[in-house]
Amino acid sequence: MKFLRLSNQFFIIASLFVSVPIFAAVQVIKPSENSYQEIQEALILAEPGDIIRLSAGVFSLEDSLSLDVAGVQIEGEGMSQTILDFSNQLSGAQGLSVTSDNVTLQDLAIQNAKGDAIKVKGVTNIKFLRVKTEWTNGPSSDNGAYGLYPVESKNVLIDGCIAIGASDAGIYVGQSQNIIVRNSRAEFNVAGIEIENSYFADVYNNIATNNTGGILVFDLPGLPQQGGHHVRVFKNRSVGNNTDNFAPEGNIVGEVPRGTGIIIQANSDVEIFDNEIGENDTVNIAVVTYGNDTDDQAYYPHPKSVQIHGNKFGPTGYNPDTSKGELAQILFDLSGGDMPDIFWDGLLPLSQLVFGQPENEKMIITNNGDATMLAIKPIGYMLPFFEPAILDINEFDGEITPLEKVEFDETF
Amino acid sequence: MKLFKKISLLITLFICFESKSQNISDYDFENFLNTPKFLSQYGFFKDLKNQIPVEDVHPYSLKSALFSDETDKLRFVYVPKGEKIGYVKNKVFIFPVGSVLIKTFAYLNKNGPMAAELLETRLLINTNDGWEAISYVWNEDQTDAKRAIAGATIPTRFINSSGEIINIRYRAPNQNQCKECHQLKKVMTPIGPKARNMNKIVQYKNGEMNQLVYWAALGWINENLGSASISNYADVNALLEDRARAYLDINCGHCHIPGGSADTTGLYLNYTERGKEQIGIYKKPVAAGRASGNLKYSIVPGHPSDSILLYRMKSLDPGIMMPESGRALSDETGIELISDWIDKL
Repeated sequence: MKFLRLSNQFFIIASLFVSVPIFAAVQVIKPSENSYQEIQEALILAEPGDIIRLSAGVFSLEDSLSLDVAGVQIEGEGMSQTILDFSNQLSGAQGLSVTSDNVTLQDLAIQNAKGDAIKVKGVTNIKFLRVKTEWTNGPSSDNGAYGLYPVESKNVLIDGCIAIGASDAGIYVGQSQNIIVRNSRAEFNVAGIEIENSYFADVYNNIATNNTGGILVFDLPGLPQQGGHHVRVFKNRSVGNNTDNFAPEGNIVGEVPRGTGIIIQANSDVEIFDNEIGENDTVNIAVVTYGNDTDDQAYYPHPKSVQIHGNKFGPTGYNPDTSKGELAQILFDLSGGDMPDIFWDGLLPLSQLVFGQPENEKMIITNNGDATMLAIKPIGYMLPFFEPAILDINEFDGEITPLEKVEFDETF
Repeated sequence: MKLFKKISLLITLFICFESKSQNISDYDFENFLNTPKFLSQYGFFKDLKNQIPVEDVHPYSLKSALFSDETDKLRFVYVPKGEKIGYVKNKVFIFPVGSVLIKTFAYLNKNGPMAAELLETRLLINTNDGWEAISYVWNEDQTDAKRAIAGATIPTRFINSSGEIINIRYRAPNQNQCKECHQLKKVMTPIGPKARNMNKIVQYKNGEMNQLVYWAALGWINENLGSASISNYADVNALLEDRARAYLDINCGHCHIPGGSADTTGLYLNYTERGKEQIGIYKKPVAAGRASGNLKYSIVPGHPSDSILLYRMKSLDPGIMMPESGRALSDETGIELISDWIDKL
């Protein structure tokens, strides 16, 4: 006993001296009048390895928080217990912003930020574990744009998170690479989960429901990183995404029709498999070309090498949203009211429209039960006496070339 | 660990009280480890309250300056003796390690019967590890300024250029917010002191002189840099295009530049950007959310009120306004200028 106690003391003393890299300092902060000051000072004075622990309770914050020290963990006592509330925010464009590497955010909620809830920019290794972002007054164009918003980052893990009410995307990963979004839930956002201008993403075991569009894989022109590719979307449930589009005009997602399960726009090497997609008012899956004008010569606006297999489709197209672009109307007209599960706008570079696509760029759709398909034949669509669309899904049958799993060291 | 921090803090305090440093040369800015708690400890000023610098600290000013809630800005620079400042065309001067840029934000209230108020003094110190940003907030008695790690909120009022009293919730930024604007490709850097923005005549103790000539006389730079000169955006005699681009450069171009903190948007507003879509003409927003104000493009030539850029300049909502931090008021002069420019595009 005595020996034990002695050695204990020795251990404590020794640890004080060697502590810097080995033992994390844990700083506990409780909600108070002075919450902003206390948390922000802790975030600035933190050293690599430190843990900032936010106790259960509601922290009411008037200014946005930011972290720029590498290797810091910010943790709460649970996404329903530790709530950072920005309802009275007076300055700063985000709830929390992170610009340092090797950061973990876990077990907390960010509520009613005036802009984005959590923005993470330009970092390597970022984990969101059981984090919730929410605008509590329901879908509204007054809500901030993004919930979880890592951008220009590398090795992004989003696991067990919940995003509600974003007026753009609940979970949005942009211009990043090596991305895993799993076991998460996106509800009542315009876009539930969006992977944009990104390379190597696995999106799986998520639920996207009650959004305008469930899961979006997009590529946009004029940005530092474009040419989005290698995205796998699998084992998700994208169901009942029938909330009216509430994005402020001008935003790309403002063009998404209510009731869309998955949209693939202008990406290459995309594999959509083993998902459950249904109860979506307009269409379960849409594969489309970027439709706006751009000066960007380097940008490729068409999707290519898309594979869709093993998905289970529920009813769709029973209440199409014709208010957003022509998609729903064209679908309705060409299908004669018998709306398909999968839609492809068929747009390609002119040479490919005439001479055909390279084999490895062709879309493959196979093993999706009794799924139905509609693909526009642009030349036929524009000329009289030609077939305007392909309605036979078997024309896209082929052998699947699985994309590699996305992996990185998650133990940082 | 915590104990360590406390001990090192105690040591810091001990050293500070012990030496009561009033002499800049006592500071090792190159290996800047122990940040003084008070501005007075550096010895930059002969007369702190009246902001009269010691001999080695020189005032400077910019042709076009960032709008910061109509504050008056008192800028000073310290360069270690015998050192030189490097010059690369179109870039910020390359200050030697050990240099300090000092900027005091104040309401001097020259247009009315209200006492001058010093708000905060920000330092950029060029250490061996790069530029460090530290800010000090002035006390109510205006006798000294104290370090404010998390920034500070200063509710106050001032008299604007038209003689009106304006109430304001002035925000002194925290250290991270300094970085938002001052970081380029993840490296801290000053923003204002570019040759093109300093090519002007100012009033020194011993009379008027062009700043670049003055710096040459100090031996800091070469006499003839061949530098062009940016327009002062407030100069109504300059070309509208030049004034507008000068304004956007100093107010937006430090973040909206490749490698800057707003480069994710692909909107570049730095002076040397030439791409039409890049500067916002018929450019769709990327991540603006409700800050688009239901408008389609950043800039619609001929239609200022349809341009998101102007909408965000006008806004006071933290989720909409641009710049994201550093202002609680809108810049009426800037809004008029940019509106005029877009109108005539």
